[in-house]
Amino acid sequence: MENDILRIENFYAYYDKTCILKDINLKFAKNRATSILGPSGCGKTTLLRCINRMHELSGGASVKGRILLSGKDIYTTEPMIVRRKVGMVFQKPNPFPTMNIYDNVIAGYKLNGIKLKRSESDRIVEESLIKADLWDQVKDNLYKRGTFLSGGQQQRLCIARALAMKPDILLLDEATSALDPKATSNIEKLINQLKHSITIIVVTHNIAQAARVSDYTLFLFMGETIEYGKTSELFTTPKDRRTEEYLTGKFG
Amino acid sequence: MSRISCKDYRSGSLEEKGSLRIVKETLFRLLLVAAAITSVFIVMGIFVSLLLGSWKSINEFGLNFIWSSTWNPAAKTFGALPFVIGTVSTSFLALLISIPFSFASAIYLSLYLKNGWFSGLLKFSVELLAGIPSIIYGFWGLFVLVPIVRSFEIKLGFIPYGVGILTASVILAVMIIPFASSMAAEVIKLVPQDLKEAGFAMGATRFEVIKNIVIPYAQGGIFSGILLAFGRAFGETMAVTMVIGNSNAIPKNIFSPSNSMASVIANEFTEARGDLYLSSLIEIGLLLFAISFIVNAIGNRIMKKMDVKK
Amino acid sequence: MNDMVKKLKLRQIQDKLFTAIIGIFSIAMLLPLFFILFYIIKNGAAAINWHFITSLPKPVGQTGGISNAIVGTIELIGIASLIAIPLALFTGIYIKEFEKNKLAAAVSSLTDLLQGVPSIVIGIVCYLWIVLPLKSFSLLSGAVALAIMMLPMIIKSTYHSLRLVPESLKEASLALGTPYYRTVIKVMLPAAASGILTGIILSVSRVAGETAPLLFTAFGNPFMNFSIDKPVNSLPLLIFNYATSPFSDWQKQAWGASLILIIMISVLNIISKFMEHKWKTTY
Ligand SMILES: Nc1ncnc2c1ncn2[C@@H]1O[C@H](COP(=O)(O)OP(=O)(O)OP(=O)(O)O)[C@@H](O)[C@H]1O
Ligand SMILES: [Mg+2]
Repeated sequence: MENDILRIENFYAYYDKTCILKDINLKFAKNRATSILGPSGCGKTTLLRCINRMHELSGGASVKGRILLSGKDIYTTEPMIVRRKVGMVFQKPNPFPTMNIYDNVIAGYKLNGIKLKRSESDRIVEESLIKADLWDQVKDNLYKRGTFLSGGQQQRLCIARALAMKPDILLLDEATSALDPKATSNIEKLINQLKHSITIIVVTHNIAQAARVSDYTLFLFMGETIEYGKTSELFTTPKDRRTEEYLTGKFG
Repeated sequence: MSRISCKDYRSGSLEEKGSLRIVKETLFRLLLVAAAITSVFIVMGIFVSLLLGSWKSINEFGLNFIWSSTWNPAAKTFGALPFVIGTVSTSFLALLISIPFSFASAIYLSLYLKNGWFSGLLKFSVELLAGIPSIIYGFWGLFVLVPIVRSFEIKLGFIPYGVGILTASVILAVMIIPFASSMAAEVIKLVPQDLKEAGFAMGATRFEVIKNIVIPYAQGGIFSGILLAFGRAFGETMAVTMVIGNSNAIPKNIFSPSNSMASVIANEFTEARGDLYLSSLIEIGLLLFAISFIVNAIGNRIMKKMDVKK
Repeated sequence: MNDMVKKLKLRQIQDKLFTAIIGIFSIAMLLPLFFILFYIIKNGAAAINWHFITSLPKPVGQTGGISNAIVGTIELIGIASLIAIPLALFTGIYIKEFEKNKLAAAVSSLTDLLQGVPSIVIGIVCYLWIVLPLKSFSLLSGAVALAIMMLPMIIKSTYHSLRLVPESLKEASLALGTPYYRTVIKVMLPAAASGILTGIILSVSRVAGETAPLLFTAFGNPFMNFSIDKPVNSLPLLIFNYATSPFSDWQKQAWGASLILIIMISVLNIISKFMEHKWKTTY
């Protein structure tokens, strides 16, 4: 595989005693988009949440094994620092309701008590919103509440908020499943633009979407990696019967 | 593409160091736990202090304290029976008077007029009534209700005290109606819409739906509502103190002046000479605390269960 | 067939009758309210003037005022808030954030019970805790009594408002690398602010009229008092003392004080209503 930024080695994740992820070994290519497919409950969200150390926030959660970000084990790094380097966008758009659009974008700095010069924060806001393809629509309303935006715009605001932290990796967990087709296709376009400068991992139930946006695809089943490879290959010539059945809609 | 070219804040180096964050984090959690424990200590402390404060009286009179009817500070004999009777009879009577009103307004608010000016007025008034301090109810009772009751007593041939159990009960009823009404309305709102609609679909009138569907469904909640309203009434102090007549004898009828547990404390606490006297008053406070504890524990438990069912 | 129609008629009459009865009871319920308000406004307005609000009580025969009671009420509520708000806020956060914890469950039920404790009992306890050791009735003891009464309401409103904050918001903040305590303070509390503030104001309006817990703590005082270890007057205490006095002069002043108290409480209630609706966080 190409130059990889993220490596998962002999990784297990648990809720209490239940093993959710079993012996995961993966490498994610830098500045590529990877999608994770799999039936409901197979552990996709759990895997994403392990990558930015959100998993451990749930009661009874634990992990075993290593995840290396640029060669450094994230489980021996401060979780706060890991999360700043690994941005996350959730299924339901969740802008901060008490903040305006401007503050939402630089929320990561504000909430962490990082003082920015006005010019600096202006630039971060503008560039993040441009990257998230939202700037033209909101530049005149930067001081309005983020919650007044449409669902698709809100989701792009959340992407801008994550991008503002200049993460190495961006995780999207079913980020389009609460959106209408138009907004969905806008986000997909955005992923295709962004993936040249940032590593993206998307979880999706939409198989066609995975085909449209990702360079690599991982098929996860009952907490195990069944198949992982170039999207083009996995979609045309799946090696595992379960992958094929999933892709052809036999289950999931 | 990555044109953002300012400093790298993500490593955390410019912000709090990891160890400092952990210290703050721990402090914050400790603060939360400390606050929670303080709150627990306050409630426990109330109980323990009351128990210690009434120890002399408990030692001296034992269970007799509740059954004895003599309250005589000069002779140093203290029995709380007159006040228990005063409290129970006023609360009970108040509950009886208030039930039709609170029940009717609750049904009106939750089933008949969900909006409209009359329901707005009713809701607003209920809230306003609930906001009036008990001292003002007592004041009003003393100057308006007492003369009315007095003329009533003259007509009926009773001794025209004006003050007494009946007057206290009426004031108490007025005070607990808003509380009971809003609670009953909450409970009735929990009745699922489809159940009611099923009733209407079968051709039942509104009265029949209320009688056969709403009330049976909500009866647990209504019961606990009555219980909680009772809990309100028996601990009420000022309004009762001002109109009950402050007599330490066992009341003969509902027109007799009397004293409730709360009102005897209010009247005599600051003037109580001697440890035993004070201790006896504190024991009455302990009894009030214990009853409120039981009544609220049962009422809250039922209410919580109702919620879960929803 | 005819029988059915008759029966239906009867049922309809029964229904109408029921509607009429509950309507009558609902209206009758309003009567005491109008009665009480009428008396207070009529008698109170006659007593209130600038002199009444700004001067100290005077012996019977001279026209005095109630300035010390107004100031005392504000002092009592101010100090009670200083004690109750932080304690209740942190306790409320605790029971929301550690919901699965046994201690949290215990605190939560004890809070419910505290709400039901008769206020006179709180007065006794604060007498034992503060008045006895200090050997004097005091502003402090009265404020503590009121603070204890405010606690459960603020705890509950904090808890319920925080529960309305979606978990996704907390996750959004944590995912940006925000430490937990900052997430609570900077994201969750602001989102819940309107509900919490509403609860605080309602609790203030509730205790503003409390008399029983002040009888043996703040006690009352015919003079202005600003020291924490001296007895202090409050509007409800003054109303009680004047209303039960034999002097018609004082009784008139009690009506005036009642009107002022009711206005204070109504203003607080209106502010809380306003906050509940206008400031509400929309997600
Ligand atoms: N907080 C939790 N506590 C205990 N078990 C959990 C928790 N969250 C998830 N699980 C379990 O972990 C397993 C994996 O869940 P996960 O959310 O990762 O699935 P998913 O692949 O993202 O599913 P979906 O496609 O429905 O989002 C499921 O069986 C689920 O029941
Ligand atoms: Mg998921």
